[in-house]
Amino acid sequence: MNRQDLHERAGQLRQQQREFPCRVLVCCSSPCLAAGAGEVRAALEAEASRHAGVTIEVIATGCLGPCSRGPLVTVQRPGDDDAIYERVSPELARSILAGHLGQTPSAEHRLPADFPFLQRQTRIVLENCGRIDPENLDHYLAADGYAGLARALTDFTPEEVCEAVVQSGLRGRGGGGYPTGLKWQLLRKAAGTRKFVVANGDEGDPGAYMDRALMESDPHRIIEGMTIAGYATGASQGYVYVRGEYPLAAKRMQKAIRDAERAGLLGMRVLDSPFAFRIDVRLGAGAFVCGEETALLASIMGRRGQPVPRPPYPAEHGLWGEPTVINNVETFGNIPAILRNGPQQLAALGSGKSRGTKIFALCGEVVENGLIEVPMGMTLREIVYDIGGGLPGGTAFKAAQTGGPSGGCIPAQHLDAAMDYESLQELGSIMGSGGLIIMSEKTCMVDVARFFMDFCVDESCGKCSPCRAGTVQMYRFLDRISNGSASERGLARLEETCQLLKETSLCGLGATAPNPVLSTLRYFRDEYLAHIREHRCPAGVCRMTEVPVTHLADELMHRIAAGRLDGEAF
Amino acid sequence: MLFTGLGAFKMEATSVPPDSAAVHADDPRRKVLEQALKRCQYRPDALIEVLHVAQETYGFLGDELLAYIAARLKLPESQVFSVATFYHAFKLRPKGEHTCIVCTGTACYVKGAGDIVRHLESAYGIQAGQTTVDGRLSLGTARCLGTCSLAPLLMVDSTVLGKETVAGVAEHVEAVLTGSHGKGESPA
Repeated sequence: MNRQDLHERAGQLRQQQREFPCRVLVCCSSPCLAAGAGEVRAALEAEASRHAGVTIEVIATGCLGPCSRGPLVTVQRPGDDDAIYERVSPELARSILAGHLGQTPSAEHRLPADFPFLQRQTRIVLENCGRIDPENLDHYLAADGYAGLARALTDFTPEEVCEAVVQSGLRGRGGGGYPTGLKWQLLRKAAGTRKFVVANGDEGDPGAYMDRALMESDPHRIIEGMTIAGYATGASQGYVYVRGEYPLAAKRMQKAIRDAERAGLLGMRVLDSPFAFRIDVRLGAGAFVCGEETALLASIMGRRGQPVPRPPYPAEHGLWGEPTVINNVETFGNIPAILRNGPQQLAALGSGKSRGTKIFALCGEVVENGLIEVPMGMTLREIVYDIGGGLPGGTAFKAAQTGGPSGGCIPAQHLDAAMDYESLQELGSIMGSGGLIIMSEKTCMVDVARFFMDFCVDESCGKCSPCRAGTVQMYRFLDRISNGSASERGLARLEETCQLLKETSLCGLGATAPNPVLSTLRYFRDEYLAHIREHRCPAGVCRMTEVPVTHLADELMHRIAAGRLDGEAF
Repeated sequence: MLFTGLGAFKMEATSVPPDSAAVHADDPRRKVLEQALKRCQYRPDALIEVLHVAQETYGFLGDELLAYIAARLKLPESQVFSVATFYHAFKLRPKGEHTCIVCTGTACYVKGAGDIVRHLESAYGIQAGQTTVDGRLSLGTARCLGTCSLAPLLMVDSTVLGKETVAGVAEHVEAVLTGSHGKGESPA
């Protein structure tokens, strides 16, 4: 297949799709499947085959976004706006289809056309999610898929592709925020006969699932992005590292790679050009530290996922000692749009040095849970209240947690902060991979810090002692605060340990492990002090069953006295 | 050859039925494993893939199985063992008949997954990560199953239960344990 064939094929497929009087898209991502999308799909397929005269296409798509309202069904009819239905049951699905065929679309369970959750988003990376069948290459081609790759291969030199990515202002979406174009140029200039492109889909942050959604809903987009990266950097082999907990994502990526190879979009002659590129899927096995780039490379090579000191950076010394570029899955998701629509589209969105859009997984104590893609720099207030519909039952917003165990909390006084790399860093948090967890007054911040530290204790790989021993120490301090046995001196030691970990850890996991503690200490110190000085948990979460060592004697006397007075011992 | 000198780890293996993951030439499971080995051309860097397949077919990674994989991939046994113990996904002991995995990601945690875990732990007298003495139930926790919009959620065998309560979970787990009593005895 060459560029001309690709273009013609896309046109034909679009024409075919327009000829269907009715297309029904059923969201079959994990949240919707858990809510019963499988039965809905079966009911719709049975119903569609009963209508002999009209051809109805029933498509199982990836994630549409408003996951808490699943199962979601979209009805597309030529010349009509898409109708999206929420919480669809098999019976309702049948009546929806009957209604649309009988020209009287049902309004029951239909999402309003101006539903802010969808309207306020700018979907570039997620444009196909929930609109196409992820296991069908034709659907991606019909949505102008691989047009970016075709343009890169025919109209651009590799240098120009790097330059276009630089111009778009795209920065790493995994959290670090390193300019992607510069990274590619480094690899392009690196000396080496074999070079590698790696997509980091090891999304270990609890509360983030944008990479899973992207790989499951639009796998060809990642392949296209990686192939363009391969062309731009001179690499001939790519690896997608998929988190072990996401077997479906790995399966879909594998199928997509096979389909692309068969269609001549990957392999020895990509789109009939002399450029050759192969992609393999590597499955992780449940280690958070593998999100760190050197650990990830070790894991791809079948070793223990332990980081090694940098420099040398992977751009010089990566997989098997050869130059390697590692980008997040979402970063690759941006690339096809940059090449297809030009770098200006991305550069026009966002604020300051953060250009383009970012996908967030909005969840926790918020009405609308789900995946959203918004321009960088949108304020937290807009995200929580306009898109997310506020907190359930009108409870007060307490904090938003970004960046998972490497990030921090943003308190209510900073609701108007812009969500971009720099502003979040100033607030003591990080962009991270995009988990955004909303917490209400019911959440105790000490307990949150303890929760994340527990995570880091589990996930520390054990290679360097600051992280291996420090996280355990910090967990003990935090546990003591939340069970009531901490003293103020302990709090000072906790802060010291935080600093120590930050400065001396080998990799990002250890260096950022203190962030949740530091940021909750920064904004919610009074809560820590209430635990220590007043021996109470303001949110009523911590049990506070112990007493500080220094008070043990007093406590004992109290208990003896109480026992004597009441005639019963404690 | 087993891991001589690693007495502590051998003890772990002796508590399991000795043959459940042994590698026999006429075992159909070995064929699956061989296919996987062949597919990755016996390359040592495919170790993690092979371990995944081995665990899927045998249920867990026993000593003999690890030694076999090491021999086939021409890797030292120590390296295979170190990789198998490093990653959380690999289990060196057999799982219970039913598994219940409670997601303890941030969103689930904020919505009370901790209470669910505590309840299940006390109800079945095991800690998360353990299997009941009769081998009926393995209780585990996961760091985010990536379906945060349904928080708090858990997986009982392969069913995902979303937006759960402590009472609802207790009921469901009990139903699974009692309801499939006869089913569990027939070979899968």
